[in-house]
Amino acid sequence: MITVEGISKTFLVAKRQSGLGHALKSLFHREYTAVEALQNVSFHIAPGEIVGYIGPNGAGKSTTIKIMSGILVPDRGSCVIKGFTPWEDRVKYVKHIGVVFGQRSQLWWDVPVADSFELLRDIYNVPQAEYKNTMALLTETLDLGNLLQTPVRQLSLGQRMRCEIAASLLHSPSILFLDEPTIGLDAVSKIAVRQFIKTINKEKGVTVILTTHDMNDIEALASRILLIGKGNLLYDGNVQGLRSRFGTKRTITADYHENNRPIDIPGASLLSWTPERAILSVDTEQVMISEAIAKLSAQVELLDVAIDTQPIEDIIVQMYKEYQL
Amino acid sequence: MRLYFKYMKMIMKSQMQYRASFLLLALGQCLTPFTTFAGLYFMFERFGQLRGWSFYEVALCFAVTQLAFSCAEVFGRGFDVFSSLVISGDFDRLLVRPRSTVVQVFGSRFEFARLGRLLLSAAMLVWAASNIEVDWTLLKMMTLVLMVVSGIVIFLAIFILAASVSFWTVQGLEIANIFTDGGREMTSYPLNIYQKWVKRVFTFVIPFACFNYLPLLYILERDGGGGHPMYALIPLAGFLFLVPCLLVWRVGVRHYRSTGS
Repeated sequence: MITVEGISKTFLVAKRQSGLGHALKSLFHREYTAVEALQNVSFHIAPGEIVGYIGPNGAGKSTTIKIMSGILVPDRGSCVIKGFTPWEDRVKYVKHIGVVFGQRSQLWWDVPVADSFELLRDIYNVPQAEYKNTMALLTETLDLGNLLQTPVRQLSLGQRMRCEIAASLLHSPSILFLDEPTIGLDAVSKIAVRQFIKTINKEKGVTVILTTHDMNDIEALASRILLIGKGNLLYDGNVQGLRSRFGTKRTITADYHENNRPIDIPGASLLSWTPERAILSVDTEQVMISEAIAKLSAQVELLDVAIDTQPIEDIIVQMYKEYQL
Repeated sequence: MRLYFKYMKMIMKSQMQYRASFLLLALGQCLTPFTTFAGLYFMFERFGQLRGWSFYEVALCFAVTQLAFSCAEVFGRGFDVFSSLVISGDFDRLLVRPRSTVVQVFGSRFEFARLGRLLLSAAMLVWAASNIEVDWTLLKMMTLVLMVVSGIVIFLAIFILAASVSFWTVQGLEIANIFTDGGREMTSYPLNIYQKWVKRVFTFVIPFACFNYLPLLYILERDGGGGHPMYALIPLAGFLFLVPCLLVWRVGVRHYRSTGS
């Protein structure tokens, strides 16, 4: 359904130095540096998949999404989605996709949400009957009932995001691109959004590609992740695979009865220590987590233990080290 | 086209949200051309004529330009402020919708507040046309309408051209105002008061003369081929100017590079 082959994109960025003198100079003469946003990226996505697209800021996530949604033209490479090349057949192609930019609204700011929806219906030429059905489904699953008559500027971020997602689905697209859909949302809204994405994927078979910095989004939704760093595709596979390859460290936070003897467990390093609390980093390749806890409880009288998996950012940092990026 | 009116309705609704600001703006916009026009009037009261052009003749010329420009501005404001769409990256949004970008940019902004200016210009046009010593035949009236339409098209084309520049650079866009505001001031007066090269540039490079000066010669039956009915059709040449402007726009859209986020 989606085939991306060897896509590269380079941006020319004007070099700017601070100071008035340089600002004046740059009026006449500019130096540019080439930033390679994407280098030879290829992947294939099948219908009905939910793919999480992750990577640190500036890695090239948004650029890829923008190329796939026909906004940007890549320098090299091909991209065929549903038989279309997005930037060539833009008008025909974009009928089949929905796009949500988490940081940018597609609703008209000053008018009630319902008015925005109706204009979108006209833009996409959705037949009245179909529009009614879709609206009924969206209103119910996203709980939009009371929001429709409210001007967008009065909505909270969570409410707005629900409306944004609804707006991008009015024309029943078969592919949905979500660029940071949970950014800035509270826990309840995040869960609602995730739940909804799951529902439309299951019930309508919508293929979902989402970018995010929230690993919980990925774990809740994506059966597959693509990890990109500095313009290169670093990993393509499922979450467990990524964890077992790179996320082998666990953090144990232990509270115990006062104990002045320092803790010593082979294979684990002490991150911080007080007579009542210790934080340990355990490499599960060297010592099993159960073994580490057993040893720990032999040394101190445990009150509470919390085990945290490594955050995705750490895994990425570790990957970077491995790839020497 | 239907979609275009839907867009218009939407923006009308938004602008009505801020009613007082809307009314004040409309009033202010009304006054701008009125003051320039008053200036014109007093100038003529003092000097009587301008290179053989009487007050009402110049007033007609003035009104045609003002009407065309204010129409173009009411409907084409989206292009006039287009660089802000590029800077904020909101142009992304238009690209993921299955409609032509030109229609969507048109629909992105309407200056209803400038309707006041439009109405005043229209009133001025009617007033000048009825006071002028001209035998208004059907063809002449059609020519006058055609002049206004052609003027709107030419100003819109310039708006589109200027907006296209923002695909390459969002700096130095003020230069476009030479052609929009400058062109408006320039063509408010009969072109034969200027140097020859100025006339040539504004006939063959940017066809301002096509919607204003040349057909006006026909309407007023002036010398210099003024009597020839071909002059009545010259405004049509103004439409041709839209073609290269739209081409530049298309190239620009492909060149769009969005913003990081």
